[in-house]
Amino acid sequence: MKQNKSKKGLVIALIAIAALLAVVIVLENTLKPTSMLFTVLKKGAVYSLVAVSLNLLNGFTGLFSLGQAGFMLLGAYTYAILTVPTASRDTVYYLYGGSAVNFSLPELFGGGAAGLIVGVTLGLILAGLAAAFFAWLIGLPVLRLKSDYLAIATLGFAEIIRAVFQWDKLGPVTNGANMIKSFPTFTDFNIKDAGGQVVLRLSTFFPFLVAVICIGIIVLLIHSSYGRAFKAIREDEIAAEAMGIDLARHKMLSFCISAFFSGVGGALLAMYSNQVQAKLFTSALSYELLLIVVIGGIGSVTGSCLASFLYIAASEWWLRGLDEDPFVIGNIAISAPGFFRTGLRMVVFSVIIMVVVLFFRRGIMGDKELPNLFKPRKKSKQKEAAK
Amino acid sequence: MEYIVSILLSGIAVGGQYALIAIGYTMVYGILRLINFAHGDVFMVAGLMMVYLNAAGLPLLLTIPAVLVLTVVLGFVIERAAYKPLRSAPRMSVMISAIGVSYLLQNMATYVTGGLPQMYPTIPILSDSVPLLGSNPKVVVLVTPFLVAVLVFGLTMLIGHTKIGMAMRAVAKDFETSQLMGIKIDRVISMTFIIGSFLAAVGSMLYFTNYPSIVPLSGAMPGLKAFVAAVFGGIGSIPGAVIGAFLIGICENIIKGLPGMTVFSDAFTFALLIVVLVAKPTGLFGEKATDKV
Amino acid sequence: MNWNKALSLGLAGVMAAGMLTGCSVSSTGGAQQDAQQTGGGSTGDKVVKIGIFEPSTGDSGAGGKQETLGMQYGNYETPTVEIGGETYQVELVYADNGSTTDKAVSAASKLVDEEVSLVLGSYGSSVSIAAAPTFADAGIPAIGVTCTNPNVTAGNPYYFRACFMDSFQGTVLANFAADKFSATKAYCLGELGNEYDQGLIEYFTKGFEAKGGTVVADSFPTNNSDFTSYLNKAKNEGAQVIFCPVSLAYSTQIIKQAASMGLDIPLLGSDTLDSNKVLEAASGTDVQVYVSTFYQEGGSQEFDDGIKAWINSDSTAKTNNGGNDTISGLTAMGYDAYYMALEALKAAGSTDPQAVYEALPNVTWSGVTGDIAFDDVNGDAIRDTAFIKTADTANDAWVLETVQKAD
Repeated sequence: MKQNKSKKGLVIALIAIAALLAVVIVLENTLKPTSMLFTVLKKGAVYSLVAVSLNLLNGFTGLFSLGQAGFMLLGAYTYAILTVPTASRDTVYYLYGGSAVNFSLPELFGGGAAGLIVGVTLGLILAGLAAAFFAWLIGLPVLRLKSDYLAIATLGFAEIIRAVFQWDKLGPVTNGANMIKSFPTFTDFNIKDAGGQVVLRLSTFFPFLVAVICIGIIVLLIHSSYGRAFKAIREDEIAAEAMGIDLARHKMLSFCISAFFSGVGGALLAMYSNQVQAKLFTSALSYELLLIVVIGGIGSVTGSCLASFLYIAASEWWLRGLDEDPFVIGNIAISAPGFFRTGLRMVVFSVIIMVVVLFFRRGIMGDKELPNLFKPRKKSKQKEAAK
Repeated sequence: MEYIVSILLSGIAVGGQYALIAIGYTMVYGILRLINFAHGDVFMVAGLMMVYLNAAGLPLLLTIPAVLVLTVVLGFVIERAAYKPLRSAPRMSVMISAIGVSYLLQNMATYVTGGLPQMYPTIPILSDSVPLLGSNPKVVVLVTPFLVAVLVFGLTMLIGHTKIGMAMRAVAKDFETSQLMGIKIDRVISMTFIIGSFLAAVGSMLYFTNYPSIVPLSGAMPGLKAFVAAVFGGIGSIPGAVIGAFLIGICENIIKGLPGMTVFSDAFTFALLIVVLVAKPTGLFGEKATDKV
Repeated sequence: MNWNKALSLGLAGVMAAGMLTGCSVSSTGGAQQDAQQTGGGSTGDKVVKIGIFEPSTGDSGAGGKQETLGMQYGNYETPTVEIGGETYQVELVYADNGSTTDKAVSAASKLVDEEVSLVLGSYGSSVSIAAAPTFADAGIPAIGVTCTNPNVTAGNPYYFRACFMDSFQGTVLANFAADKFSATKAYCLGELGNEYDQGLIEYFTKGFEAKGGTVVADSFPTNNSDFTSYLNKAKNEGAQVIFCPVSLAYSTQIIKQAASMGLDIPLLGSDTLDSNKVLEAASGTDVQVYVSTFYQEGGSQEFDDGIKAWINSDSTAKTNNGGNDTISGLTAMGYDAYYMALEALKAAGSTDPQAVYEALPNVTWSGVTGDIAFDDVNGDAIRDTAFIKTADTANDAWVLETVQKAD
């Protein structure tokens, strides 16, 4: 009986996700492709993945990390270094007289559409693995620390990683502190006909697909015995240990898995922004992600996703009008040249965040998942609307 | 020789300025167990206040006390508005709130300044250069260590020999018990923030006189480094924070002086932090092993 | 719990609604424009949009504002353009790229979303490089106004450039350093990860070493504010000239700190230092500052007088120019770029970005900063002159030192 029920839930969830992906494709191919909506959707999907991976660590295992920017950096660089086309390498690495890495994953697999898909997929996986490997290294010493101390140690680690990638002695590999560009991005996934005209746009679909797969894996993990062990550690370490849970091993596992998906997310962020540069992955990025997780609700996957989209949409799109005079709402234009000027958007935005932090302490979702809210009723439709 | 002198001098000056910020971190952490991420930004806002009050035409003799008072008010208001309502909430919520305040202060600063760097007004005497052993430091560089020493001495007196100081020590030792003993906890916490903000304001005057350009992110890095200094010296320990700050300031400047190593000047601070946390989590002068490990 | 439920449902609703209205707003916006284009018979009804992709916040904010000023003045002077026999009102659409490459993409998307016909900017090469694919994907051409890094236009047919390049500027400055100061040792200081700084230093080094000199290069991290240790290092290394092609925010600090330590080594800067903020920082001190730039005041009396009158009459413009009416090379470049854009629109005979893109390679303009034409390799401006000027610290003015050609 119970098994049946959960199976039914799984089917509904899968249908909902398939519907969501279908809606993304339809939207992208019917609406004006340059609409700001798609910029927000792409970045939102990327942030969702990273936020969920942080939530796995923070919300489900109770490990407080502020080093997510460092893992994203590792992922972004791994992906970028491995996928820049060989022909562009001299231009990109012009300060170092060419790159030390002289192959490109998509080309290794024969180029073309197949090479692109296999190369990029492999690039994303390697990005995750690189981040996970470094997480393992750093985890050995620092995972013994608790709460704030772990947070500040991981933050320090992210800063160190950033400095290493900016070091000019590593220039032939990392391009020093300069940007790496020209690697395959989301728009490369648009299908074009022989004349170069786009016939099917998949540039928003691609990040959604990757994010959905990765978040799906995280959700499955959370519902496995490992996930229950993580939650036990979060609730009470001593009790968990007494129940026979290997603390060090589970903490390390959670840390590395979270880093893996942050690395993939970092690679996606590089694809979104068409370039990668170490100076973007500052502690401010980690703070931003932490805010998203808290706003969504610590311990809620759907909360993190919802908060990511809201966060990106509000800061990049909806509030943008505040930066300009006159401020226009609907048909009303309010003119106050001294008041509506650059920066007001972010002030309003940070006030909203403070209000959420202070008055909705448990975030949008608390530790509930979206389906929990509609327990007695059907859920697929609302979930889709939320995305 | 003069090169070494100049490196050491700027190291000591920066260290002194970090020390003044670090005290604010260490006191707040000692009492609330909160990493007050907004502290570095309070420091930055204190700098901006000086710029705007000076631009408004106030004479320096009025501006300096006004900046001190306003910064103290800011610190007090932040605590009341953003931290006090969360006193019963999990520690993480308070820390998030601190990050939120930091975000808000930075964005407000961007809005007010229009995102342009602001030039700090010159404070007479402090801004003058004096020849010393072949280098040409500003007076402020020489004054900083002494001023820090005086302030720290005053603070140790306050904590060791006054009623409010005793209350602070009690609260830091055991939050709940001291509450039961009739200590007005809100007053003690406010006092901590007031002292911290005051020192940050003094620190900002010294720091920005030396490096006279303020951008909204000016407070972030010094803030983080000051926090590292506090951890390094043993969180909760004021002399520890001060010594940690001087060490970090000097090391950082030595690294900047080494050829090709500049990139690592910030990273070094954090590497030091990780080593200290792992090897001696209580820091140099930490009292007892708390629940860090 | 009920609260949570209500809140999350509400937010989900708001979000969905927001996404949809977002779309509908943009589509009705488009419809309105179509209506205007088809229905509006009288002159001045039609609007052509030019995107201004410039930083107004962050460490390049001051420079971006000065560059924008030139465009705004151009727009004030000539608010309409004749396209295909009809008069269009020119509307400037602004997007702040915040001086960082991560905000550059969404700022660029905003311009694309607003359906601009072409884009001008940005001050700072990194942001332009980051945004370039966004413009290229949308098929919107962009003219880089003062971004001198070769990577802005290399491999991107949609990005054009109105200014000289790093390779030229770096060489010119290296020659100047070797000729003027007979320097054999130079100290270069740039910001980590800033394409502009690092590119220039690279070309300066090449040029300087070709002249038989040696170079010590150094970088400081973003948001650094302590430059005394770097300056001391330069002194210690025995450098005869310091080359610091950094953003305005850093250059003013470097100059102030150099002044306070009584540094007697000349500071050499690039076009980013051509600002009255630099004059202000050097005012009354003994610092020697030399910068290469696109324009020297007095180059066109008519332009100087006009823009000074405009800046003095508009308080916002004056604030954006740093509180006085000294004209920066950036402003002059912005002004020329605006007219370049108008020429391109006229040549295209349409507001369609694709038509503008096709017309751009053949557009030429004789502006206040000289003649501008694009080469057919990467769409870079063909320029061979840089002005080198020095700060007169007693009178707070720039004095023309020499006009340097590439040799």
